Formats: sequence, structure tokens, C-alpha cells
Amino acid sequence: MTRQQAGPVTGPGPDSTARHARGASARRRAAYPYAMYLPAAVVYLVIFLIPTGMAFYFALTRWTLFDSTFVGLDNFRDFLAEQNLRIGFQNTLFYAVVTSGLKVVLGLLLGVLLTSKLRLRGFLRSVVFFPVLVSTVAVGITFSMLLAPDTGLVDKALALVGVSGPDWLGGASTALLSVALVDVWKGVGLATVIYIAGILSIPQDYYQAVAVDGGTAWHRFRHVTLPLSWPATYSVIILSFIGGLRSFDLIWTMTRGGPGFTSDTIASIIYKQYQAGFFGLSTAGNVLLFLMVTVIMVPLTYLLGKRQVTT
Amino acid sequence: MRAVKRFGGEAVALVLAAVIFLIPFALMLLTAVKNQVQAIDLDFAWPTEWRVVQNFTEVIQARDYVLLRAYVNSIIVTVASVAIIVVFAAMAGFVLQRRAGKLGALANFLVLSGLIIPPAVVPTIWLLQGIGLFKTLSGLILVEVAFGLPYAVLLFRAFIAAIPRELDEAAMIDGCSGLRLFFKVIFPLLRPVTITVILTASVAVFNDFVNPLYFLPGDGNATVQVTLYNFQSQYNTQWNLLFMDIVLITIPPLLAFVFFNRKIVAGLTAGSIKG
Repeated sequence: MTRQQAGPVTGPGPDSTARHARGASARRRAAYPYAMYLPAAVVYLVIFLIPTGMAFYFALTRWTLFDSTFVGLDNFRDFLAEQNLRIGFQNTLFYAVVTSGLKVVLGLLLGVLLTSKLRLRGFLRSVVFFPVLVSTVAVGITFSMLLAPDTGLVDKALALVGVSGPDWLGGASTALLSVALVDVWKGVGLATVIYIAGILSIPQDYYQAVAVDGGTAWHRFRHVTLPLSWPATYSVIILSFIGGLRSFDLIWTMTRGGPGFTSDTIASIIYKQYQAGFFGLSTAGNVLLFLMVTVIMVPLTYLLGKRQVTT
Repeated sequence: MRAVKRFGGEAVALVLAAVIFLIPFALMLLTAVKNQVQAIDLDFAWPTEWRVVQNFTEVIQARDYVLLRAYVNSIIVTVASVAIIVVFAAMAGFVLQRRAGKLGALANFLVLSGLIIPPAVVPTIWLLQGIGLFKTLSGLILVEVAFGLPYAVLLFRAFIAAIPRELDEAAMIDGCSGLRLFFKVIFPLLRPVTITVILTASVAVFNDFVNPLYFLPGDGNATVQVTLYNFQSQYNTQWNLLFMDIVLITIPPLLAFVFFNRKIVAGLTAGSIKG
């Protein structure tokens, strides 16, 4: 102790600490060279960052991949003016809100159910989680069969109770909702395991405190589980909202945006315009999707993050 | 009485969940082993004829063994891109965790952007064409690597935070630093998280449909997901073969699930609880 205090007196104080710091940073440079970023950075820069940046230019052009003519904001105007393109915005937002909302509610319920003292708990957890790992195309095809009008299992089951089921995927008003529900079926397992992890990390003391006060199961849920699993809710909302805004594969295998354009999302419109050879228009769709994701995700992350700090 | 009611509620929830989540799989398996005539019904009737082997060989041989080739392509893409992701992301995650600073902040920002921003498809095609990798397996591998890196970096960074720096310092005294420090000392310790990354990334790449659709078009070198998508329109009278295809494609993730369920769940929930 005394020696350390004597240090600055005997030696040139500030200089020595500076040299020490320089030594440490030199050591750090040698130990953790920035060059180790390089392989990842190169792939990421070339395959992801450059195309993302170039999109902002190509979106303003009429483009054939080989040459491009600058047309200003024409592509964006088309996107916002044409009904069959504009519908993509509503649908994308609807899809993201429905899927993430249902995943939060059902994921929380299943999470509570599967952390209670339930026989076959492990089995049920596996059953709920497995669809997350199955290919989206396979799920889409299977559910197209199950939802087929009249002959599909869902309509047959409804017929048993005397309800004549709609043409789920063929009807303009039900197509997008049906796909969204299948998305929930496939994705709720992920929300559930996130909630299970969140609920299991709540200290038992809180539940004991409720028990001491004579609280019911509802009290336990309302005043302990629900507020303290907020980080899990936050993750589920963010994850499923990002997924919902970008979703393409399930919609494409089940309805291809049909009937007409009624279940088109921005991602499926991007693909359709690409197939039709309108590369500039397709890229404008990408830019719009980028803007939509940013405009929604940045405030959402901020708002939810703030809530997380205060609770 | 309460116990009975509780048990009843449990039973209902259990049956309901099992039905909702298992019925689609039952349909897949049953239809996959039926003959063509019975498969058209798409119902849960017991197969009158078990055509496991015939349907299997028919699907494999269909269209000049396209499924077999697609399987080979999918395995190449999955193995190569996952191997690259593991090495690149582990290195980047290591430096990112150990060395804060302006560059670290930028890297953090880029990792988060990569998780959120939807990739710009046509400009990526334009770029791949520019470097001669459009419609090639290598091009698709690079795409999978670029899109898979951010999440893998996050997992590695979180795990490395729990490895004490004293270990690095001890290694540095022995003259190890940089790449040698990383590969000799740190990387072997990352085994648990490496397995997690391998599993989550493999499932994601193997099941990927969008990227092969855009960056590897054409039937010749399709991956299994694209082949399945094409089968949908070609086999719309032979549901048994279509569902046999689905079953075959579901086997790899099923195996991963049976053997490594806990690891996969750990990987997918990592970091989501602490925010």
C-alpha cells in the first residue's frame, strides 16, 4: 500500500501510467487483433452491406441487371399508386401484428401450462416445439391439404358440428388470416420455450410471498408471472415482429399471394416483380420494406426497452 | 373434488395440444405410405396397402433422381456454410467481446442490423453475377454465411464473456497471442456453444427456401426445399409421393431434434431472457 503511494513520488507519475496504458493497449492489439474480424467482415460487407446500400440507387432506376436508366421516384410512385402493390403494406402489417400478438398470448399460456406440475410435461414441450424445426415449405403444403375446401380435414371437422367451413385459402377475406394462423402454429413453439426459460428464471421467493398472503393461482399469474416474464415478452414480440414483416415462404407455398392480390405481402410482391423482370420496381419494394422495418422496429425496441427498465 | 377437476383440465389441455400439434404429422406419415388411389382422399384412414419401399424408391427415382441430387446439394451447402459460419463468427465474437472501442461499437451495430434488415435481393443477385457466383453452390454458400453470421456472433460473444480474461493473460505470458491464442486456448473451450451454433445454423440453412429460390434457380442444382416446392405442382395427383418427399426432407431436422433438443432450445432462447 505504502509502496504504491510512494510510486508517483519517486517516478514520473503521469508518464508512467501513460506508458503503462500504452503497454496494455499494445498488448491488447497483439492479443486481439482486429484482423480477426476480417473474414466475417469481408463476406458480410460484400454479400450484405454493399447490396443493401446499392438498393437505394437501383430503386431509382429502370434496371435490367446489365444497365440501368435513372427514373427518379417513379418506382416508388408506382408502388404507392397501384392498388395491387399498395395492398402489400396493409397485409404485411396485419400479418406481423396478428402473428406476434397470437404468439405472445398463446406462448405465455403454453409457457405457464408447461412449467406447472403436469404429467407428460416433457412430451408436450417437445410436441409444441418440433414444428419450429420442420421446413416451412413442408408445413405450408400439409396445411394447404388440411384447409382444402370441403374435402380438407378442417372443413370436415366443422361439418361434423354442422358448420359449413369457408374456402380458407381461396377466399379473399380468409386467405391471409389462414396463413397467419399456420405461421402461429409453426412458430408458437419458439415463443413457448422462450417463455418457459423466462418463467423458470423467476425466483421462487415471489411465489412463496403470494402463498403467504393467501393468493390464488390468478394472483400468482397476474402479479408475479406476468410482470416478471416481461423480458421474454419483449423477445417474443421483437422476434416475431421481425419475422412477420419479412415473411415470404409460407405465404408463397400456401397462396402465392392469391386469390388475386389479396394475400400479397411486400416480400411476395418483391418476388413477383423480380420474376416479371421489373428489377427496379422489385428493389424499390425492398427499400420500402427496409424503411417499414426500421420505422416500426426502432421505436418498438425503444419503447419496449424502456418498459423493461422501469418494471 | 378439486383434484379431479384439476386432473380433468389437465387432460383436456393435454389432448387438445397433442391433437393440434400432432395431426398434421399423422397426415404426412399416413399419406406417405398409401397407394396413389387411397392417398387422394387425404384422410386418416388406415392404409389398405403399405407401400413404404415402393413410394420411397419411386420418389428417389422421380425425374432422373432429382431428389437425390438435391439432397447432395443441400448437404454441401449446409456443411460448408455452417463450417464457415462457426470459424468466422467465433473469431469475430472473440475480438468483439475482448476489445471494446469504436470499431467494436460499429461491429455491434452491424450485427444488430444484420438481424433486423431484410436483405436486398435483386442487388445481391447483381453483385453475385458481377463476381461470377450467381447460380452456383459457392454463391449460395456465401449468401447463407453472410445472413447467418450475425446470430452466430451474438451466441459466441455471450459465451466468451464467461471465459475469464486471466486465461488469455496466462497464455500471453507463454507467448500465445492473436490467432494462436484463439485457436489453441479459446476455441477448444467454446465446444458447448459451437455445438449450439452448428445445430441452429444447420436447421436454418437446410430448411431455407427463399435464398435457394433467388440465388440458385433452375432445376439442375436445386436444394431439397426448392425441389419439394416444385414437386407440389408436378405431383398434384400423386399425394403419396409428395408426402413421402416431405417425410424424407423432415428426417434430418427430426434427427437433430431427437438427439439435441436441449441444445437447440438453449441456442434459440439464449440472450432472450436477459434482454
